[in-house]
Amino acid sequence: MTPALTARNIAIVALLAGLLLMPVFAELAGNRFLLTLFTRIVILALAAVSLNLILGYGGMMSFGHAAYLGIGGYAVGMLAHEGVLSGFVQWPVALAGSALFALIIGALSLRTRGVYFIMITLAFAQMAYYIFAGLARYGGDDGLTIYKRSQFFNPINLSNKVQFYYICLALLFAAIYLVWRLVNSRFGMTIQGARSNDIRMRAIGFPTYRYKLVCFVIAGTMCGLSGALLANHTDFVSPQMMYWTRSGDLIIMVVLGGMGSPFGPLIGAVALLVLEEVLSGITEYWQIILGPLLLLVVLFARGGIDGLLVKLQGKERAKVRS
Amino acid sequence: MTLFIEQCLNGLQFGLLLFLLAAGLTLVFGIMDLVNLAHGSLYMIGAYFAATFAAWTGSFVLGAVLALGATLMVGMAVEVIAMRRLYGRDHLDHVLGTFGLILFFDESVRLIWGPEGLSLPLPSWLNRSVQILPGVNYSAYRLAIIVVTLTVAAFLYVLVMRTRIGMLIRAGASNREMVGALGVNIKLLYTLVFGLGAALAGLAGLMQAPILTVQIGMGENILILAFVITVIGGIGSIRGALVAAIFVGFIDTLGRAFFPDLLRMVLSPAAASTAAPALSSMMIYLLMAIVLVVKPEGLFSAGNK
Repeated sequence: MTPALTARNIAIVALLAGLLLMPVFAELAGNRFLLTLFTRIVILALAAVSLNLILGYGGMMSFGHAAYLGIGGYAVGMLAHEGVLSGFVQWPVALAGSALFALIIGALSLRTRGVYFIMITLAFAQMAYYIFAGLARYGGDDGLTIYKRSQFFNPINLSNKVQFYYICLALLFAAIYLVWRLVNSRFGMTIQGARSNDIRMRAIGFPTYRYKLVCFVIAGTMCGLSGALLANHTDFVSPQMMYWTRSGDLIIMVVLGGMGSPFGPLIGAVALLVLEEVLSGITEYWQIILGPLLLLVVLFARGGIDGLLVKLQGKERAKVRS
Repeated sequence: MTLFIEQCLNGLQFGLLLFLLAAGLTLVFGIMDLVNLAHGSLYMIGAYFAATFAAWTGSFVLGAVLALGATLMVGMAVEVIAMRRLYGRDHLDHVLGTFGLILFFDESVRLIWGPEGLSLPLPSWLNRSVQILPGVNYSAYRLAIIVVTLTVAAFLYVLVMRTRIGMLIRAGASNREMVGALGVNIKLLYTLVFGLGAALAGLAGLMQAPILTVQIGMGENILILAFVITVIGGIGSIRGALVAAIFVGFIDTLGRAFFPDLLRMVLSPAAASTAAPALSSMMIYLLMAIVLVVKPEGLFSAGNK
């Protein structure tokens, strides 16, 4: 099966090529800020990809996804503060911490549904926020500066901006591939089936609670990785990383790009953060434009940007959500 | 002992204030099935209006009344322009759309009133303390808040349970199509309910304004608390909102007042003073998590699902 030359495929290939060549372009343009911006975009896109797994494919409206960003970030920050600089310790701790948190809150939250699920995930994320805000040893409300990035073996040096960018990008691509493989596996089909009709899936013999919980933990772990990257990127962690508005930002990325589409979250993250950058260049009051714009997307562009691209290629109705 | 009574009254006052926010939220939630994150923005706008109008007219009460009316108008305008199009949509759409409204409102306030906060000074007849028990003095203004909110709670009860409008509201909550089919102007009803919710939020904001500073983002923190209350109390239940709000008010206030001393027994003073507010905030979310796990529909579920 050769991919067709459609508007959507062209746009995605152009986006991927653009991301791959970004450091070259930033170097040629002499614009160092561009690379910093895009490193941030790539890291948050990774978080959005993980959210898309549960939100887009699993139909689990988690409003507390930023908690994993914070846990992953704090794992790096706290270990660095204690003098443990090796990435081989920091990153597994970040992943394990997020996985454990996801397991606990998933096991409790998945017993509820609908609005209650949104609220209970939000509540747990806020709890995490207050836990870290209360840790006086690690800066409390003010956050924690990280003086040294995670150390790996010799050729890998996270302080090298270009190298760090490509590491983030590689992890992002790996995550997109993993999610794509996952949702098209038997496991993923069960998850998507549970989104459409949970009762029927249980009736034909799938213990959907366990499937959803595993999916929830995978997404949380992936987002924890994004948090570890973000901490290395900003050299700083603070409870603000997991404030509920950050969870809202992640949901915006997923929905803006296109829920339940493999590249949707990446498109959404690029669109949102570039738009923020452009609008804040035009006016100091850029959120006054962004807010109503979001409302318009919700009202009139249900499939997000990816949905628009699919429509553009004249295949309305065909797989907007799958 | 005096301190304890005072803190209990503070808890009650904060709880009742939260009730005003939660009541509006739960009404809109229960009747229109709408998750309105922008509810906190209406709280903020109420406070800003009150500070502005009070400065113009020179009278606290007149400013408050004008601010209440203005917030009501803003609420109804928001319903007609934006919210109306969100009914019947996915909850995720509500979350996103109203998140957009928060950004819009926060930035509009920054544009109109500037980034610095405002303050709303109290008139002298409220800015004093009264003796409530022999030897126990309490702020007259906080006492006034308790009286006003209790009056509003009673008014809400009568409105929803004893009037024709209230009957329509309850009917609309159980089956909106049927109410529409019976010839009730459901659109107008929804606009009124949303306006009422906005006015309640505005009232909470303007009453809180003299205690805290009026600033951008003041609505966001308290919004989450109000959501927690509606969920603990059961979505759509005003009675549940009242009970849960008082609970949360007490936990938050008493936790902040007494946790530092308790923690100081086991932690160093510096660590205790950082950990205590975090711990009392956590208690609230812990309470919600326990309630949701034990009783997933909330304590006083309206039971119309």
